[in-house]
Amino acid sequence: MKKIFEKPKSLKPNVMHYCPGCGHSIIHRLVAETIDELGIQERTLGVPPAGCAVLAYNYFDVDMGEAPHGRAVAVATGLKRVLPDHVVFTYQGDGDIAAIGTAEIIHAANRGEKVTAIFVNNGTYGMTGGQMAPTTLLGMNSTTTPGGRDGARDGAPLDLTQMLAVAEGSAYLERVTVATPKHIRQAKKAIKKAFQVQLDGLGFSVVEVLSPCPTNWKMSPVAAYEWTLQEMTKIFPLGVIKDITGYDEK
Amino acid sequence: MTKKMIFAGFGGQGVLVMGYLMALTGMRQGKNVTYLPAYGAEVRGGTANCTVVISDQEIASPVSSSPDFVIVMNNPSLVRFANMVAQDGFLLTNSSLVHGEVKRHDVTKVPVPVNELAHELGEDRSANVIMVGALAEATGVVSIEDLKEALAYTGLGKKPKVLELNRRALEVGAENARQVLNKEKSA
Amino acid sequence: MLGEAAVRAGCRYYFGYPITPQNEVPEYMSGRLLEVGGTFVQAESELASINMVIGAAMAGARVMTTSSSPGISLMQEGISYLAGLELPAVIANVVRGGPGLGNIAPAQSDYFQATRGGGHGDYRTIVLAPSSCQELCDLTMKAFDLADKYRNPVMILGDGMMGQMMEPVEFPEMIDLADLPAKDWTITGNQGRPSRALLSLLLTPKVLEDHNYKLVRKYDAVTRSETDWEEYLLEDARQVVVAYGTAARIAKGAIKRVRSMGLKVGLLRPKTLWPFPSQPIKELTRIVRQLLVFEMSTGQMVEDVEMAVAGQAQVHFYGRPGGVIPTPEEVAHQISHYYYQAGLMDGEDEAKRRGGVA
Repeated sequence: MKKIFEKPKSLKPNVMHYCPGCGHSIIHRLVAETIDELGIQERTLGVPPAGCAVLAYNYFDVDMGEAPHGRAVAVATGLKRVLPDHVVFTYQGDGDIAAIGTAEIIHAANRGEKVTAIFVNNGTYGMTGGQMAPTTLLGMNSTTTPGGRDGARDGAPLDLTQMLAVAEGSAYLERVTVATPKHIRQAKKAIKKAFQVQLDGLGFSVVEVLSPCPTNWKMSPVAAYEWTLQEMTKIFPLGVIKDITGYDEK
Repeated sequence: MTKKMIFAGFGGQGVLVMGYLMALTGMRQGKNVTYLPAYGAEVRGGTANCTVVISDQEIASPVSSSPDFVIVMNNPSLVRFANMVAQDGFLLTNSSLVHGEVKRHDVTKVPVPVNELAHELGEDRSANVIMVGALAEATGVVSIEDLKEALAYTGLGKKPKVLELNRRALEVGAENARQVLNKEKSA
Repeated sequence: MLGEAAVRAGCRYYFGYPITPQNEVPEYMSGRLLEVGGTFVQAESELASINMVIGAAMAGARVMTTSSSPGISLMQEGISYLAGLELPAVIANVVRGGPGLGNIAPAQSDYFQATRGGGHGDYRTIVLAPSSCQELCDLTMKAFDLADKYRNPVMILGDGMMGQMMEPVEFPEMIDLADLPAKDWTITGNQGRPSRALLSLLLTPKVLEDHNYKLVRKYDAVTRSETDWEEYLLEDARQVVVAYGTAARIAKGAIKRVRSMGLKVGLLRPKTLWPFPSQPIKELTRIVRQLLVFEMSTGQMVEDVEMAVAGQAQVHFYGRPGGVIPTPEEVAHQISHYYYQAGLMDGEDEAKRRGGVA
């Protein structure tokens, strides 16, 4: 019998704890496939966040080192500086990277740290119960924005990846989503490219992945995927934000 | 023998360098030394002082409230430190800038016009080294020769020309102190 | 000097953020680490520096950061993680006056923060308190060994006076990194072994409890083997001063002074603040009834001394907070005040004192 589909080597056989319809499991798989395809499993180090993906070390079959909330790229900096031949990635949510960890991500980008951040943007603090995130859309309900996010009261959604574009040391920034199979394929391409940027020592790379959270959005998975594609991309348009690699010209 | 001394003046007068040179000289003579600088948050123009201890024994406290020698480079420092000098101690003042009177008869006062002397020597910035020469001559805590050697290991002796000038400055200070002390003896 | 000692102890990674009065250290390390093929990163905050330390420690490096009080407050989160993750790292706190922005003068007001943990959770940091430049050098080297041996953060608690004072120092030889025992717990890639995760997240209460008790056993071992202190003129002492760091230097000066007047006073100087030398202090109560704790704070270590003597001796306190450096004279005054108050003079001493004064 011919095997046509299998679990990536860089994922452990554990059953994931993520909610039905959550984007994390897909994104985990894309990162693991990338590690497999680049043949770097034995020299890849991951830094999981505080948040829903805090248990990512149960799923990724690579060495992982836990960071305090928001500090993943600082920990990654320490790892990479000691082990420059290794591949270091962080896996961070929107609250982690764009609120409590804003200073760390901006300065890691500015120093051009040769690490890769996978930024999962689902517009909410998932693990703590659906509070407002820096990326929550205006009008969107959360457990701390009764009546919906109000720009005058709560500020507007923050486009962190766009901010990172002005940092001299950021080499490749792209926003993707896992809302449809077509978009998943694009997301995979972006993640692989981001790792390649690191392998080539070009600088800091971030892939922002718009990802549905049906549980906290209080939607069915199907509606949540639809909403990600239709609504989130209005504020967070998909596409390459910065690319100094020149890969595509080759 | 344990000798404690405080050097005090404006930032920029080379006050910390004076203490550093003295401590370095003591160390090169095999003594125990401590050098404790204290200065304001600003780099120039604030107050600066440092405490140096030179001893044959282990030095307990690097802090002193009754130093054997006080070296005062400006008026505010005179007010602050003059009364701290221990009995039978030495009070050296930069008489080019310090004009206040000190009503103490239990200490040896050595006024040295270091700014004028430095100007005569052709290098205004050597005033602090002149004062160190005067201190060594008046108190005998280290010798002029030892100071001359140690100078080569500080920023003051990096270039041969500057080193030579500063060595002359030590002699100028020593000579002046001798004159002051002789005058005092004969008076 | 702290920096050179660290380099000689094999520290090749330094992450820090400027704060007075310890800027000499990062400035020195930025150049020195280049010479020895190490890495210096000026981080965007103390939060970032301590987390870079976490990363470097995870990868198995000898790593250090230094800061001063307000910066150390910011690092507390990371220090808690270091303890929970059982990562070796050296952190030096050049203590300045507080609370808040305080000032940049020498103080000892971070004793509680250093010895009680400072961050969240049930943990201990090994705290070393040097009182001379030579000891600062020696204890810095030792700090790296202790950190590796126990897989625990080690804090060097100094102050601005220690940071800026100069004394002659003999530096030990540079260690050879190849001589250090290999670390079998680092994350360096899963080549030839199962993947490893370094975690302090232990969601099951029973599992975290076991982890806590494992830490307790480690802390007990540290207490048994590493508690360190200096005894000075204790043989005939009737009153003992307890002081550490810079305050102990000043106290020694004061003791010399009162000894010349015939007062039999000694000094016990903790060199490790955690583990605290409770046992030797307790044993002191068999020969002395009077202790004077002297600190450059409003009284923090005094609580540990009181706990150690458990009511078996009178514990007095003298302190100057806010960055004021007390003089040996004023401490001598305090010593003699309590000495006479307790009636510790005997005929012989009294005669010698009168003779000395006349």
